Amino acid sequence: MPSDVIDQLNPPDPVVSDKNVTPPRLGFLGGLRWMWRQLTSMRTALILLFLLALAAIPGSVFPQRGTSPLRVAEYLQDHTTIGPWLDRLNLFDVYAAPWFAAIYLLLMVSLAGCIVPRCFQYARNVRSVPPAAPRNLARMPEHRSWTVDGSASVALDRAERVIRSQRFRVRPRDEGAHAVSAERGYLHEIGNLLFHVSLLVLLVGVAWGAWFGYRGNVVVVEGEGFANTLTQYDDFSPGRGFSPSLLAPFSFTLDDFEATFLQEGPRRGQPDSFTAEMTYRTSADAEPTTTTVEVNHPLGVDGAKVFLIGSGYAPMFTVRDGDGDVVYSGAVPALPQDASFTSTTVVKVPDVQPEQLGFNVTVAPTAPERVSPATGPKSLFPEADNPRVYLGAWAGDLGLDTGIPQNVYQLDTSDMKQLGRQDLAVGETWQLPGDRGSITFDGLAEFANLQVASDPGRWVALWAVGAGLIGITLSLLVHRRRVWVRVSRNEEGRTLVEVAGLSQTEWSGLANEVDAVAAQIQSDQEDDKEHM
Amino acid sequence: MTSESWAHLSNGLVYSTIIVLAVALFAFALDLAVGSGRRRLQSRQQRRSSSHGAVAHGAESHGSVAVANPPVNTGELPADERWARVGVSLSVLAAVLISLAVLTRGISAERPPWGNMYEFTVTGVAALLVIWVAMIGRRKEWRDLGIIVVLFSLLLLGVAVLVLYTESAELVPALKSYWLWIHVTAAIISSAVFTVGSLASVLYLISERTERRVAAGERGGMWDAVGVRLPSSTALDRVAYQTIAFAFPLWFFAVVAGAIWAEDAWGRYWGWDPKETWSFVTLVIYAAYLHARSTAGWRGRPAAIIAIIGLAAFLFSYFGVNIFFVGFHSYGGV
Repeated sequence: MPSDVIDQLNPPDPVVSDKNVTPPRLGFLGGLRWMWRQLTSMRTALILLFLLALAAIPGSVFPQRGTSPLRVAEYLQDHTTIGPWLDRLNLFDVYAAPWFAAIYLLLMVSLAGCIVPRCFQYARNVRSVPPAAPRNLARMPEHRSWTVDGSASVALDRAERVIRSQRFRVRPRDEGAHAVSAERGYLHEIGNLLFHVSLLVLLVGVAWGAWFGYRGNVVVVEGEGFANTLTQYDDFSPGRGFSPSLLAPFSFTLDDFEATFLQEGPRRGQPDSFTAEMTYRTSADAEPTTTTVEVNHPLGVDGAKVFLIGSGYAPMFTVRDGDGDVVYSGAVPALPQDASFTSTTVVKVPDVQPEQLGFNVTVAPTAPERVSPATGPKSLFPEADNPRVYLGAWAGDLGLDTGIPQNVYQLDTSDMKQLGRQDLAVGETWQLPGDRGSITFDGLAEFANLQVASDPGRWVALWAVGAGLIGITLSLLVHRRRVWVRVSRNEEGRTLVEVAGLSQTEWSGLANEVDAVAAQIQSDQEDDKEHM
Repeated sequence: MTSESWAHLSNGLVYSTIIVLAVALFAFALDLAVGSGRRRLQSRQQRRSSSHGAVAHGAESHGSVAVANPPVNTGELPADERWARVGVSLSVLAAVLISLAVLTRGISAERPPWGNMYEFTVTGVAALLVIWVAMIGRRKEWRDLGIIVVLFSLLLLGVAVLVLYTESAELVPALKSYWLWIHVTAAIISSAVFTVGSLASVLYLISERTERRVAAGERGGMWDAVGVRLPSSTALDRVAYQTIAFAFPLWFFAVVAGAIWAEDAWGRYWGWDPKETWSFVTLVIYAAYLHARSTAGWRGRPAAIIAIIGLAAFLFSYFGVNIFFVGFHSYGGV
């Protein structure tokens, strides 16, 4: 136990506990031992707890790379002076920062240094008996006494019987002893140790999951599929210990996706439900299984989970060249720009003569009757009640051959010239000027934004917090306490019975317990009298 | 009745609660000034006077005549408990009214009324009042927290009505889960109990300061006038510890339940979302409090200050996170 913990049951050796004594010349080993004792003292643990709380705060103030890399980039753009300094101090990766790790690792070492010896101590003392009664019971926090007639040894036997019946561990009485020592509430220390050990296990579980886990996002349009390989992900963040062989070989197709929104009331337009019907296989030659994935109901396959985290619309187009041959056909996911799912995307058609074609697309699932020139096209409602696309056509060089990776949602128009603008309802076709062909709006599909995550440490973490919860509850609800009974002859020759109690931790129930023990002894005395 | 009229009834009940609490606050203030608080002042002066052997001096300088007639416990209720009893009765009424407000709001929305900041706040005040009233039922001394608990509830309800009010409506899909019941219920109850504990620590600081100054023979400031009327610092310290020791495992459970829910809803059990970060900060600070209570040199004032910092961290994780930061817990109202 750390030297500065207050323990009523085991008052520390005054020499050891005097923490204000400066270390005398101890030599190297002695110095190490002194440092170790400082590190594992409760004072240090308290300071580290404070530092941990303080250190976690900047992560909520500054955007973090782990969760919002775009906002970090934005912040760095807007704050060119202070931004790089904050970055150097890891303030955009607080929870992966060396200084944050230093605090929690020191805290865990301090905790282990405190808890591990206590576990051994507990194991050694698991069958130990309570120490003999102190000389002066009246100095204990709770003390009752009364006198009875009859012999002292009979009274003491009676008291011991009562205490044993209340599930106390009782010290075997020495020959000629006049006192009973008893103790109970050992679950307090078990709970305490369990809680702190489970914190260490939790850290292991979290680290394990972060090391071997992975997380990736993929946009899947209705009717299309996904196989769990690296190339299929739109973005992917693996742990450091990740290897592609850890990807479970499952695959699925998104058969149907449906998003519904509130049609009326003050929250009109608020999402009501998202439902994805899927068919999945655990491996290439496994039987297909159908399932429904919703928000709060992910699909679990082979230790990985598939979550529905977003959705949107993917307009379907067919582009024909001047001869009427199809040069492009498919659905392109569009990024939602507002709560009514006004969305934008681009269509790139490289294989067409005489020049490559590109289209800027704005999608309005419920189009307004007239587009306001001030705001541009804005959808009125998130559901696809009256879908319409607003196109801007470009011809020239798409710049796909430069080797620089391109944003699939942006058109590089530096080498292109604008052909014109047109809006289309479902089924309508726009004949492009100059015999360049046509574009047809075939309809609006929905897409699901899915996240695949694997965290192999999550079961370790879950068991650890479960054990920790039991531990902390036991440690705060159960109180370790001692009760003593002593009998003696007073000056009048009668037998004086004293009951006293002491609790290791503060406990308002101690008075009641001592009262209960005293009352039980007294009522047993009454019973005995009646039998006599 | 329609959804709107239930919501309307709920609003009416919240307003009624505010009025009842305002009167209760007045009653508790009167109690401090002329009621049982005043009696405590007298019995303290008496104790001090007799222990210093200066009865006459104590009686003269404070104009008190009660020294000669110490209150005798005859089993009858002393008259000066009247205002405290009025305060408690009104608090019970307020607890009933606000619970009905929560119930009617739930009927109006056809779901547990824990979907936005307004609803959390109203339910939180209901939990705070019900728990505190139940505590008084078990032990009368907890009545002495009245002035600060009622004041705090009034402030929260004021913020709820003036700043956070949102119309009763459906939940977004992410909140449609049975974990809403578990996670939010545990969070509301534990935060209400934490609040009682930390408010007791505020009173502890005032009471302890007065006790130190009285022991040193220097008294007379405004805070001492309040301090001498408060329960002893030992009693307040005990209340603070017992409530926080009860709330701590429950808060831990609320955070864990939130993590399990987040695993299903957002694809990870812990992602340092601002709300998660601040609930962690709150947990760590109250953990520090529990350790400080059993560490030499940290008992008493330092521990009480940690408990108050814990309440500040909780309030920030509740209000601050939604006002200042963007995250997964940004929901209706703010």
